[in-house]
Amino acid sequence: MEELVYTRTKAVFENAVSGFCPGCMHSTVAKLIGEVLEELDILDKAVCVKGIGCCGLQSNYFAFDNITAAHGRACAAATGIKRTNPASLVFTYQGDGDLASIGLAETVSAANRGENFSVIFINNGIYGMTGGQMAPTTLVGMKASTAPWGRKPEEHGYPIHVCELLNELTAPYYLERTSCNNPTNVRKTKKAIKKAFQNQLDGKGFSLVEIVTGCPTNWGTDALGSLDFIEEKMLPEFPLGVIRDKSKED
Amino acid sequence: METNLCVAGFGGQGVMTLGKFLAEAACDDSSKNVTFFPSYGAEQRGGTANCYVVISDEEIGAPISTTMDDLIVMNEPSLAKFLPRLKKGGRLFINSSIVKTEVSREDITVVKAPVTDMAFALGSGKVLNVLMLGVYVGYTAVLDEGLVWNLVEHKLGKKVALLETNRAAFEQGLKLGKEARA
Amino acid sequence: MSRVFMKGCEAIAEAAVRAGCRFFAGYPITPQNEIPEYFSRRMPEVGGVFVQGESEVASISMVYGAGCAGTRAMTSSSSCGIALKSEGISYCAGARIPMVYCNVARGGPGVGSIQPAQMDYLQATKASGNGGFQMLVFAPSTVQEAVDLTYAAFDYADRDRNPVLILADGVIGTMMESVELPPMRSDEEIAAIKDSKKKWTALGHRLGEHVDIEPGFWSTLDQQKWNEEAAALYLSWEKDLQWEEYCVEDAELVIASYGISARIAKSAVNLLRREGLKVGLIRPITVNPFPYKAFDRIDYSKCKAVLDVEMSIPAQFVKDVSVAVKDRCPIETCLCSGGNIMSRDDILAACKKILEA
Repeated sequence: MEELVYTRTKAVFENAVSGFCPGCMHSTVAKLIGEVLEELDILDKAVCVKGIGCCGLQSNYFAFDNITAAHGRACAAATGIKRTNPASLVFTYQGDGDLASIGLAETVSAANRGENFSVIFINNGIYGMTGGQMAPTTLVGMKASTAPWGRKPEEHGYPIHVCELLNELTAPYYLERTSCNNPTNVRKTKKAIKKAFQNQLDGKGFSLVEIVTGCPTNWGTDALGSLDFIEEKMLPEFPLGVIRDKSKED
Repeated sequence: METNLCVAGFGGQGVMTLGKFLAEAACDDSSKNVTFFPSYGAEQRGGTANCYVVISDEEIGAPISTTMDDLIVMNEPSLAKFLPRLKKGGRLFINSSIVKTEVSREDITVVKAPVTDMAFALGSGKVLNVLMLGVYVGYTAVLDEGLVWNLVEHKLGKKVALLETNRAAFEQGLKLGKEARA
Repeated sequence: MSRVFMKGCEAIAEAAVRAGCRFFAGYPITPQNEIPEYFSRRMPEVGGVFVQGESEVASISMVYGAGCAGTRAMTSSSSCGIALKSEGISYCAGARIPMVYCNVARGGPGVGSIQPAQMDYLQATKASGNGGFQMLVFAPSTVQEAVDLTYAAFDYADRDRNPVLILADGVIGTMMESVELPPMRSDEEIAAIKDSKKKWTALGHRLGEHVDIEPGFWSTLDQQKWNEEAAALYLSWEKDLQWEEYCVEDAELVIASYGISARIAKSAVNLLRREGLKVGLIRPITVNPFPYKAFDRIDYSKCKAVLDVEMSIPAQFVKDVSVAVKDRCPIETCLCSGGNIMSRDDILAACKKILEA
């Protein structure tokens, strides 16, 4: 007797061929989001607000409503959507340059207002689409096309820890940092996304899941090499775990 | 027929309220057009506060103009600032409790009213603007006095305690204005 | 309808509420603070949403979001704040998201002066952001007109799926005047309007019907096709041209002016006519597109000159006037700026100087 043990999520176009680079985790996260939307049965309520950059490529894959906001303004646009249509499941999907550099004010302000939507934050420490420029989350010493000798603290400061920064605010409900560098962490990421969406459905307020991912192309490595880099370099700087979970206080 | 008025004084003397009372009363007179324009900006802090009211039987052009038909001054700096802009033949209303400078222009009419002193005599320094409103309406008859009082009464609606003092202030002002006219 | 005495900013906000605007986001800047302040009190009464954004940049993106979700949405600011909004305005135009915004203009450039001015004409009418998009731009000259145009602006925005700009100024925004307010759209009407946009708005759709709102394209061909369609839309606005023509027929001098300046100029025309001087006025109400053809109504055999009256130094509106006049007579200017309000006496003097020459 045949038993169905796995089926592809309908939330990602079946005929879409990945335009993401080999080893890129945008496709992994797209799949996780799709599975969560299906499991929560909210595919027809979902609205994704994409940031600018590689995140925007998801419009080729997402089979649910999605819009592109101006660079960095996803949390502002999501505010406009969610406030006028509370029945929608609204989440932003942003990279580190978008969320933590040009859009830091929008991110912090939405979190501080406790907006009832979810943020999926893809942190790979580099600008992808524009070609490997230094991001606010670029590691110290890490080379970038605009920091050819590597990030120097005396000139560029240090990587921004978004979850820890937002943890200084009172309003945010749930902040967790995960990764997709091994099957265990992929499962944890899915669980975190599900929790963030469920929080929104329950009207709990602002949830953010920071996902530490790789960018083999702009890191100058390959898919496997990027997994090692995440484990050895990124995770010591961006430790995984729940930074804030108010449901534990309820 | 168009009358344009500038009301000027210290912030806190109620000059904006005076202008607004007059303008809103004019709005209630459906045969008139009216504009109210507040002067805002840094000068509102500590310096002079002023507003412009234009009441007309026709469409109003400029809500603020370089010259004016009528001028109400509640303090010394306003006199110095605005007197040169009062038209020849214009009417100047002075709070003579505070403004002591003699007006040198002979081509205008000056109506003096010690509204600060009168207000204190009525037991509330705050009603000096309603006193001056009375003086202005009494002298110019630009609007029906009943209409103006109805508006003031409506605006003070919830502050019943103040109503009697304001009523007395308006009536004293009207009387002074009418006598000056006679 | 009865007359109410209202401040320009508040009247604009109330007109928007009555037109069905149910989302407003804005950031404080003088002289338009009464608009967000009014919405903050009024929106809860009508089931609408007011958000004080963390910046102009964020506020316009909030409006973009609300517009993407089909809600009639608005923002407002003044001059330098409008410049900050140009990012989101361009995104709305690029993604064809209807929204209305109001510029209560003040002096410039830079932080400029907080008092009234008309220094944003070229920005408002030619390039309110990157990418060569256009918008219907209306310039009211009275509080009543600001109310009527704001009310209509939401219909234009929805009709075209495009931003609409109300180009006001610090006088219109801060002065009080009697107005007759338009009727309040019912909750049913507002719901029906939102419902009519369902096909393209991002509210969540069934699998296979999903909506993707993009302020741009990956394909150059798609982008060009979009540009061509937008260009056709912009051409269709010829039917929406509005202007006021006053005593132009026999005029030996025609004043060209808009917004608050035009209102002051009109009163100058009345005074000059009483003196027997043949002066007229053309006042564009739509400043984009510009009613160039209005200037064909001038009898150039009689008209000595067109006098451009605006609160901008250097003059900006004069560039469109000049295109309209096509060298058929000389163009003179009567200008002020810096927050100084156009003086009727200056207009009278400028007219007399031309007529007596």
